[in-house]
Amino acid sequence: MAHDTAHHDSAAAKKRIWKVFGILSVLTIIEVILGYIRPSALVHTDIIGMSILNWIFIILTIYKAYYITWAFMHMEHETKGLRRVVVWTGVFLICYLIAILLIEGGYIEQVYTDGYITWEF
Amino acid sequence: MDTTAVAKTGTEGKLWGGGSQPLKASYGKLMMWFFILSDALTFSGFLAAYGFSRFKYSSEWPIADEVFNHFPFLHGTDAPMFYVALMTFILIFSSVTMVLAVDAGHQMNKNKVVTYMALTILGGLVFVGSQAWEWANFISGEYGAVETRSGKILQFVDASNDNKRISITDIAMGESGTERTRHNESEGIWYMSEKDLPSVTLQQVKTGFEANENLRVRTMTLNEEGEKTVLDRATSLDYLNNRGIGIIEGANLTKNEYGAPLFADFFFFITGFHGFHVFSGVVILCIIFFNVLLGTYERRGSYEMVEKVGLYWHFVDLVWVFVFTFFYLV
Repeated sequence: MAHDTAHHDSAAAKKRIWKVFGILSVLTIIEVILGYIRPSALVHTDIIGMSILNWIFIILTIYKAYYITWAFMHMEHETKGLRRVVVWTGVFLICYLIAILLIEGGYIEQVYTDGYITWEF
Repeated sequence: MDTTAVAKTGTEGKLWGGGSQPLKASYGKLMMWFFILSDALTFSGFLAAYGFSRFKYSSEWPIADEVFNHFPFLHGTDAPMFYVALMTFILIFSSVTMVLAVDAGHQMNKNKVVTYMALTILGGLVFVGSQAWEWANFISGEYGAVETRSGKILQFVDASNDNKRISITDIAMGESGTERTRHNESEGIWYMSEKDLPSVTLQQVKTGFEANENLRVRTMTLNEEGEKTVLDRATSLDYLNNRGIGIIEGANLTKNEYGAPLFADFFFFITGFHGFHVFSGVVILCIIFFNVLLGTYERRGSYEMVEKVGLYWHFVDLVWVFVFTFFYLV
């Protein structure tokens, strides 16, 4: 009986693995197709300082990261505490880091472009 | 030890009251998560630094589709991203075999663990090999460029051929205009030599460029369309003759023919650091693999070690997903 249950769980787990593999593959293929065609409507329309295409890439990437962490790394089976310790810490620090560095990078670019010194001679 | 007097806290039996395992994870697994989190922050630091430099040079950053457009056995074909997409699939698939090995471990099925782990190791090796090929292409370069005195680069296009890129070796003609030969160790007073000289000289490129009316210079600057600016013939000649100081072929840590020098630095550093993770992942997988073969975990009654190395392996895949996006897509 116990063996039967284990077997059933394993079949469900396998199904989940292949499903996630399917999702990850489809998302990657979408990314590659979009990256190859680069539809001009998506490239030349900006939302919050970045083209829609780049937003799509980043959102799809985070979605892929979610599936890898939750399904492959079994985060979905961990306790709420462990999940929060790992995910919240990472997400918070990374958001902070990115915000600081990108704002600063944008500022320096502005100085290069609008300043009175030429960088190309 | 029951006699030891410890004051009651009133939290006995509660989740965090002590004496229980609130996170329900073994020490080893917890430590692996700690490591992964810190490693994730390291990679984020690198990628954020890449983003910083890219924002800083956002008007002149190289276009990834033009840089990474090689595919094995399709020499000369413009195949942007397909190779790296293939690499991504290889890594994702090795992640799948890894998670299948973990699953087989849960069922204490040694043979299946062995098969799936072997496949995972194979996937990892193929990935590292692919990355080496990618590096080799990147380092050797394709078209070459001329460096200007301000450290920018000038690339060349053929206006009669739809502004397609043209290699400096195809342009070059005439006298080399220099007596310069490669400095060998045997001739120096100190034990130093230099790398190969560029295959053509600036003088030859200038001569060839003047001889062919259809050639144009392409600068690093991105225009409104997000494409590199192609100069008109007169400006091209002016830029080449008055600003050009040398030839760049391929890429190294200080110069590269693709554009901003930082681009190559970040490419080497980030994909290199990731490749190093894949490599060390393969080594750790091999160690665990042989332990599985020897029956260590069978005797221990738990394949949790496979699960732990699996966590690391998936993390490497996770990082690649981000590297793929930020280096090749965005």
